[in-house]
Amino acid sequence: MNSKKLIYVDNNATTAVDPEVFAAMKPFFCEQYGNPSSIHSFGGSVAAHINKAREQVADLLGITNRNKLGEVTELIFTSCGTESDSAAIYNALQICPKKKKVVMSKVEHPAVLNVGKELERRGYHVEYVPVDKKGRLDMERLGEMVDDNTALVSVMWANNETGNIYPVEKIAEIAHLHGALFHTDAVQAVGKIPINLSESAIDMLSLSGHKLHAPKGVGALYIKRGIRFRPFITGGHQEKGRRGGTENVASIIALGKACELAGKYIGAENSFVRELRDRLEKTIIATMPDIRVNGDIENRLPNTTCISFEYIEGESILMLLDRHGICASSGSACTTGSLEPSHVLRAMGVPYTAAHGAIRFSFSRFNTEDDVDKIIEALPPIIAWLREMSPFWNKDK
Amino acid sequence: MWDYTDKVMDHFLNPRNVGEVENPDGTGDVGNMSCGDALKLTFKIDAEGRIIEAKFKTFGCASAIASSSALTELIIGMTIEEAKNVTNQDIVKILGELPEEKMHCSVMGMEALQAAIADYRGETVEEADDDHEGRIVCHCFGVTDTKIRNVAKANKLKTAAEITNYCKAGGGCGVCLDDIQDILDGVWQEHSAAAEQAADAFAGLSIVQKVIKVQEVIDKEIKPILEQDGGSIELFDVAGNVIKVKLKGRCATCPSALVTLEHTVAEKLREFIAPELTVERV
Ligand SMILES: Cc1ncc(COP(=O)(O)O)c(C=O)c1O
Repeated sequence: MNSKKLIYVDNNATTAVDPEVFAAMKPFFCEQYGNPSSIHSFGGSVAAHINKAREQVADLLGITNRNKLGEVTELIFTSCGTESDSAAIYNALQICPKKKKVVMSKVEHPAVLNVGKELERRGYHVEYVPVDKKGRLDMERLGEMVDDNTALVSVMWANNETGNIYPVEKIAEIAHLHGALFHTDAVQAVGKIPINLSESAIDMLSLSGHKLHAPKGVGALYIKRGIRFRPFITGGHQEKGRRGGTENVASIIALGKACELAGKYIGAENSFVRELRDRLEKTIIATMPDIRVNGDIENRLPNTTCISFEYIEGESILMLLDRHGICASSGSACTTGSLEPSHVLRAMGVPYTAAHGAIRFSFSRFNTEDDVDKIIEALPPIIAWLREMSPFWNKDK
Repeated sequence: MWDYTDKVMDHFLNPRNVGEVENPDGTGDVGNMSCGDALKLTFKIDAEGRIIEAKFKTFGCASAIASSSALTELIIGMTIEEAKNVTNQDIVKILGELPEEKMHCSVMGMEALQAAIADYRGETVEEADDDHEGRIVCHCFGVTDTKIRNVAKANKLKTAAEITNYCKAGGGCGVCLDDIQDILDGVWQEHSAAAEQAADAFAGLSIVQKVIKVQEVIDKEIKPILEQDGGSIELFDVAGNVIKVKLKGRCATCPSALVTLEHTVAEKLREFIAPELTVERV
């Protein structure tokens, strides 16, 4: 039963480092290991590589502003998406000390949502915008929540569980109507859909390396020119004094390369990868009863599908898929040790019959047609077997 | 990724007794879809009152399925009286171990069994089921204070977090966590007060009364357990709080006699007489 080949369809959790990316970062461990802040040329020459990486990230994001020296100044490198999110949110509150309110969506990643909860404990007023049953933001409510006391609106560009894409430009405009800043967690969007910040109203944007074939432990934060920034990590003068700590050089080089490649492959994301996802989804719907696809089908990332297998539980499905070498994720509570199913599915009002049995398949350019074939072959017997065991399943109905 | 034992994996991948018994003598339906796990247990009883057939249907994670499978294996062949004493710990023993966060799966197995026994005896569910008794403490999962007390006592749980692992209470919105802790503090305060009283009472007995009392617990509570494994026990002497015993039969030669002494003999004596007691083998 244990097939040897790994079928990795959990790319929203993390991705493989692209071999080209790995090749680009490798010299910076044992050979060019100098500190970019050093005066000697051995170290100092590394700084040029960091600048190049910054250019590569800027290109992917459509950042066109440069300072007099021709440098990108709107990007700082961080340790991960989570750090970027925290840095952005706390920055907004520090530079607008009189405003005590933050608005975010109910379906944010914990990297944002739990900062919201923490801010509440610290006495801030945090409001959470609800979503409808497809996970679409209630824009009217959002408009009502944002007021003159609002320091920041933070809404993710794309959701990690459903893949839903949110109208961030429109939300940025609503925020600006009341003088609030707008931040977006674009960790899942970058590299999967085109992004162009050159004419954008977005003030701050977070991204993470390991979701686009760079290694774990590196991220970036975009801060629009003209927005003040207070460092989240205070220390040395690295990143022009905006983020202390000796640079994670190799990973920054890797992130740069990964962004360059993401630009090159973005077409494939929206054709090849999308077709893999669609074929899996369509086949599942066609071959098994009581299936529902969660999210906004017409308006989501090309690589993600969140499928509920009703009347059975997600952890069991994942563990049986794992026996076939298939790696996916679940919105089920049981996989995390928590007891409630995913906050995203609950915010969408997905019924419990379906929320506990939600499985997320997320593809990348490294997947193949054969991967889809294998999943399509392995899945139906697993689902049928678990349903046979379920007290809620009535096959004659 | 959970660290499941091989036995859990075996019961999950090769579950025993899946399905529903035809014309069951007892049916136990516990949990529901919103809770994330549910178990339907059905069994058949033979003329001597033994469970001859038991089957389950389970909605839930790997450990819920494994716990259900282990439960059926455990109870087939038991009399109703024996089955009544099955606890979630017995299910865990068959599985080797369950992650703490998954202990509620074993509790669900025990509850299904109790519900099925109540059904067999024609008791209404309310009488047998602590889900309907007392005050609802956790509204997310509909858990009552009675159930929290029972689970706490049966598994020696002291913190609200443990209660969440064993019966889910407090695992939703979390507003009841303080309330749960208060209930637990109450349970263990009562427990230590009762234990003190028991110790005082034992200390106040004459030597003859002490011997009678200890003999009674040995005959009723300890011997039957040891006899299952072909062993036995004899009371030798009582000196203050020290109970001296002789292990007999297979227990006398058993390499794990010390474990038996501490776990079975001492535990039962402490439970039924006084927590201060110590046991010595002569
Ligand atoms: C939407 C979203 N935001 C933030 C993060 C956190 O990123 P990181 O793991 O780099 O901290 C993730 C990934 O886990 C994510 O999916």
